[in-house]
Amino acid sequence: MASVPREIVVTGLGCVSPLGTSAAATWSAIVAGQCGITRLPDEYDARLAVRIAGQVTGELDPGPLEHKELRRMDRGILLALAAAREALADAQLLGAIGSAVDRDRIGVAIGTGIGGIHTLVQNDRAYVEHGPRRVSPFFIPMTLANMPAGVVAIQHGLRGPNLCHVTACASGAHAIGESLRLLRSGEADAMLVGGTEAAIVDLVIAGFSNMQALSRRNDEPARASRPFDADRDGFVLGEGAALLVLERADHARARGARVRAKLLGYGASSDAAEMVAPDPASGGARRCMQAALASAGLAPSDVDYVNAHATSTPAGDLAEAQAIREVFGAHTDRLAVSSTKGATGHLLGAAGALEALLSVRALETGMLPPTLNLDRPDPSFTLDHVANKARSTRARVVLSNSFGFGGVNAALVFGSADS
Amino acid sequence: MADAALAKRVEAIIVEQLGVTPEEVVPEASFIDDLGADSLDIVELVMAMEEEFDIEIPDEHADRLQTIGSAVEYLKERLEA
Repeated sequence: MASVPREIVVTGLGCVSPLGTSAAATWSAIVAGQCGITRLPDEYDARLAVRIAGQVTGELDPGPLEHKELRRMDRGILLALAAAREALADAQLLGAIGSAVDRDRIGVAIGTGIGGIHTLVQNDRAYVEHGPRRVSPFFIPMTLANMPAGVVAIQHGLRGPNLCHVTACASGAHAIGESLRLLRSGEADAMLVGGTEAAIVDLVIAGFSNMQALSRRNDEPARASRPFDADRDGFVLGEGAALLVLERADHARARGARVRAKLLGYGASSDAAEMVAPDPASGGARRCMQAALASAGLAPSDVDYVNAHATSTPAGDLAEAQAIREVFGAHTDRLAVSSTKGATGHLLGAAGALEALLSVRALETGMLPPTLNLDRPDPSFTLDHVANKARSTRARVVLSNSFGFGGVNAALVFGSADS
Repeated sequence: MADAALAKRVEAIIVEQLGVTPEEVVPEASFIDDLGADSLDIVELVMAMEEEFDIEIPDEHADRLQTIGSAVEYLKERLEA
């Protein structure tokens, strides 16, 4: 007889995104139908074919750092620090009601797709222009992909498992899902989990642009990211960090924490087919959604809303729409679907985490965030799109997809606090 | 270069690199003992001085850069040479 898995709950949320520097600001902007994508500032190379991105603007609060420490933080670390402070404060994990927590049993898992590339580019330039002696002694630690998780743990004294999942655009979702395993197995009491990405640099823009992955709608930034729309022409690069506090339900209950939602299930799979393109024939997307539902002990018909990965690329959105129909069958017609990337752009390794956060907010508020710029839904597939305007629907179960280069797939299933 | 101008430029580097106040930048202050620098801070400090004064400071000279005073003295010698 299968044992009943431990119940895992979400007790804290924090993010910095192109829509705002807090979870509250991001959520209110997204349900209001705002878009965080703008023209790149002038310091970016004028020769770039793509001139738009979803940048984090506004003041960040990375916490008490000395001046020289601050200089040694890659932007991806600063974004993660700001999101971590908000998430931990939201969960009150380390404050008054958390005074009895055992920090040896609180871990951190912060994924990233690319790592500290701002720092890498700066130091490569210093090397090329001035030679090896001009490379910073902090270049290596600043650039390492796991340093956001490391620095967050240092700032808050979180001494449990410290992990960094690097699976391209599924990094954030894998960090959350793999942490679900750690919590279910009892290896940690709580995990601060999610993703961070700060990769809006000339080199990265050029790379994605030359793959023909990016939208070139430079003259209409707010209309460039249009998942599922017939006129979509690629994704828009975004940056940000999103973190969730996951906790064993008994641990949360014992300290009187507010439960925002439950993390019910997680599934992972690989296409094992193409480096970059989705491969519908391999069924990777379908299999990860099915695995997540099995992990949650739910049937497809239990799901009310899918927060899609859909990045606004022609091939990716189509493949996901087809996979959704394969998994949900006739229930697809009653299944609300949206991709929040229309508003945020694609945060790569932080995307799955931000979308998990928005999924939790959807469960809490009874509002489903919309797909922006969905003016003319692609006629080659049919979904119940939440187009352009947030929809008031009391969802009880939400599934969030994340897919990445390398053929990686992850799906998370969240349930409302009373589910 | 006038000594005062040199000292001013060194002070600015130290304030920026070590995150200390200008008041702490006195000639007898030791980078490690008084200003809280570690070995990698010293590496960065030397790099910043190399850049500011467009010179190369060989590793074997780094032990002459113990205090602010000795650093200013060293830079004066190098720049006059």
